Amino acid sequence: MRQFDFMGKRRLAFLVSALMLLVSIGSLAVQQLNLGLDFTGGTLVEVRYETVPALDTVRQTLEAEGFQDVSVQTFGAATEVLIRLQQAFDPEVGEQVVNLLRADGDNVELVRAEFVGAQVGEQLRDQSGLGLLVALGIVMVYVAFRFQYKFALGALLALIHDVVIVVGFFSLFQLDFDLTVLAALLAVIGYSLNDTIVVYDRIRENIRKSRIDDMPVIFNDAINSTLSRTLATSGTTLLVLLALLVLGGDMIHNFAVALIVGIGVGTFSSIYVASALLLPLKLEREDLIPAKKEDPEAEELP
Amino acid sequence: MLNRYPLWKYLLILIVLAVGLLYSLPNLYPEDPAVQISSTRGDVTLDESRLKRFQNALTDAGIEIKASETRENGILIRLTNADDQIEARDIIADMVSEDVVVALNLAESTPAWLESLAASPMTLGLDLRGGVHFLLEVDMDAAVTQRLEVNASAIRETLRDERIRYRNTDIDDRTLTMDFTNEEDRDAARQLIARQFPDFTYQNLDEGRGAALAMTLTDQAVNEIEDYAINQNLTTLRNRVNELGVAEPLVQRQGPNRIVVELPGVQDTAAAKRVVGATANLEFRLEARPDTPDSETEEFSFRNNEARTATLMRDVIVTGDSVSSASRSFDENGRPQVNIDLDGTGGTLMNRATRTNIGRNMAVLFIEHNTRTRTVIEDGKEVEVREPYTERGIISLATIQSALGNSFRITGLDSPTEAAELSLLLRSGSLAAPIYFVQERTIGPSLGQDNIDRGIMSVQIGLLLVVLFMLVRYRVFGIFANVALAANLVILIAVMSMLGATLTLPGIAGIVLTLGMAVDANVLIFERIREELRGGMSVQQAIHAGYERAFSSIIDANITTLLVALILFSIGTGPVKGFAVTLSLGILTSLFTALMLTRAMVNLTYGGKPVKKLWI
Repeated sequence: MRQFDFMGKRRLAFLVSALMLLVSIGSLAVQQLNLGLDFTGGTLVEVRYETVPALDTVRQTLEAEGFQDVSVQTFGAATEVLIRLQQAFDPEVGEQVVNLLRADGDNVELVRAEFVGAQVGEQLRDQSGLGLLVALGIVMVYVAFRFQYKFALGALLALIHDVVIVVGFFSLFQLDFDLTVLAALLAVIGYSLNDTIVVYDRIRENIRKSRIDDMPVIFNDAINSTLSRTLATSGTTLLVLLALLVLGGDMIHNFAVALIVGIGVGTFSSIYVASALLLPLKLEREDLIPAKKEDPEAEELP
Repeated sequence: MLNRYPLWKYLLILIVLAVGLLYSLPNLYPEDPAVQISSTRGDVTLDESRLKRFQNALTDAGIEIKASETRENGILIRLTNADDQIEARDIIADMVSEDVVVALNLAESTPAWLESLAASPMTLGLDLRGGVHFLLEVDMDAAVTQRLEVNASAIRETLRDERIRYRNTDIDDRTLTMDFTNEEDRDAARQLIARQFPDFTYQNLDEGRGAALAMTLTDQAVNEIEDYAINQNLTTLRNRVNELGVAEPLVQRQGPNRIVVELPGVQDTAAAKRVVGATANLEFRLEARPDTPDSETEEFSFRNNEARTATLMRDVIVTGDSVSSASRSFDENGRPQVNIDLDGTGGTLMNRATRTNIGRNMAVLFIEHNTRTRTVIEDGKEVEVREPYTERGIISLATIQSALGNSFRITGLDSPTEAAELSLLLRSGSLAAPIYFVQERTIGPSLGQDNIDRGIMSVQIGLLLVVLFMLVRYRVFGIFANVALAANLVILIAVMSMLGATLTLPGIAGIVLTLGMAVDANVLIFERIREELRGGMSVQQAIHAGYERAFSSIIDANITTLLVALILFSIGTGPVKGFAVTLSLGILTSLFTALMLTRAMVNLTYGGKPVKKLWI
């Protein structure tokens, strides 16, 4: 089997990572995230017309009635219109909008109306941020416990790398960041970690059984022997996600996008961030020797 | 010997598979559109003869009935066609009295033999069946203020009975302040009140002329009031939702001061919101005599005529909380009225008050708590301020002709609808504290069906792609992995059905993702087996080593993902929770199928036999 020299190209990979991070952070700083209704609070009304409506007319009708900050866009099909009112109105606004649009003589059907109070949105924002931090913290503790703190540091940086880039992607293309995307982001953390752990596991195994001390060689060997597994798993998951993206409908479109980007970045980062970072962290054989070698009998399959 | 399982392991796997298959079966039976007729009162009988009449009426209207049954607390009529559901409900609702609730329902059609094993299908979330979701916040400050008002009223009565003179009562935050003419009165009052109201801490205030007594609620008392407020509101909301005639509603506490209400199948949000959020209540008060001191009276205007006012006593005879039942009817002139029955205590109070006051006027006061949202500029930012306000208006003022007992009627309502809603609210009880809507979602039924179709479609396609991929890449072992994948799906659905988990759209996404990741464990093992074979191991040793060496990777990877899923579950609400539930269950079931089930298949096929070459 062909052996790729992953570690030899790590400087190039660091550069690519740095560039992606820079673009992400830059985009976040300049145009922020397009936070969805769940986080901002406000009102969202989705209606279905029988015939394709003129979006400008819809907007004008609503603005003429005194609604401000009206954003009107089609959602999925041309006859489905998503109306956003970023200001938090009283909850009756959903019905008012539909009645108003019906008054123009069109046949309008209410598909869904959502109202989120500003306070709820704010709380959710805080809670989600906290949740992400707790998730990262617990995972780090677990990795430090099962492996060693240098591994935990590498895994943590890789996860932060993935999260920043996925969030940056959503900022760059101004995609809606709502609750389902947050769920996807957490799933990305889980997935990317999965990937990182598999590579780490192999690195640990190889360090323990090989007699050489040349870390880049050991790492290359470990990554190459897990490479076909990494590609197969990413491949099947991506296949499923593509099915979700194409067929799942608009409600989970962004969920699928977040996961596809996340799995791409996550696979890359488990090789080039999580593993390659162990080199500057000066991982040595001694770091793993004190760890008690697992008793193979105790871990035998059930 | 290598790669042999003891018999009990095979049996265990078989049992798990059988149980999984059994409990996932109910999901294959589609739900029937149905109309459910139930009564909240014991004296209304819903028996076979009633059912016959309903059936005849429905058949006359051309509605096809699939089946019908009488149950312990009502009747369930299953229909063939979902489009007939609303019409059928309206027909039946016209035939029964108000005490009977007629609701739309989706009835499970699980066969009896499965039901006897307690197997039932997964419940579908709102996003999959359409409906309304409300998040309500209980106004705790108002609950405390209300309690103070009630206490103030009781204290005034005590003082009057003992002929201790007081001047003003004032409520601020959680403190009630009472002014007295002199210190002797104050001290006497304090001694008297402190015995009866232990929930307060007392403090003497001496300012200017006269003396004052400040009574502050203790922290414990405030906590009790808040707990009571939210629990009482939960009960009331449940009653109201039941009165609305919604099948399988959800009314649940969320966090310290919020309540979630989910009404599947409800499309008329406006009506639902009016009834759920209504804070209307009634108070019965005597009209003040001309010589009553001002401190004991309050002036109110009439509800249907702002210009007309009447002066009423501050003290309340009874409130709507004492109403045990209420129904709407019409008086001899065809005007709407509400017939009211009071409970025991309420009846006694009413009787005592009216007996001694024949000839005086008694007013029925309609009270509604509301909030309006105003946007103000504060530090250059737009901030929303919620202002609660209370509307009070007299709906009737009539002379007491004779002592009233437990039942009487009130008139003076604007419309039959108002009478109906008022009687509903009185029946279901009032809210202990005002609530307001902080979140609301309405999902149309068409979107729900659409979501299901798309969800199922993407599961099928995703599954198909993975199955093909595994077959091409791992051949015979691919078959093992695919069988395990199918078993995983079946067991996952069975576990979700058994736990009564709700399937939501993000839940479907979670299942799809689990399927993608479930093969990971098998991929890890198979790759390892291939590697060991390349390294020159014999077939049996390679299989053994593959499973054993991949184990620590698999366990570490799955535990970390499980940790993330559990955190998701604990911080998440609604959609995120649904996703977390399926993801964590999926991880657990996939561990079983990917490790034990495939190993069993591999052992059965290859174990203990001389195998030259593996098709992997």
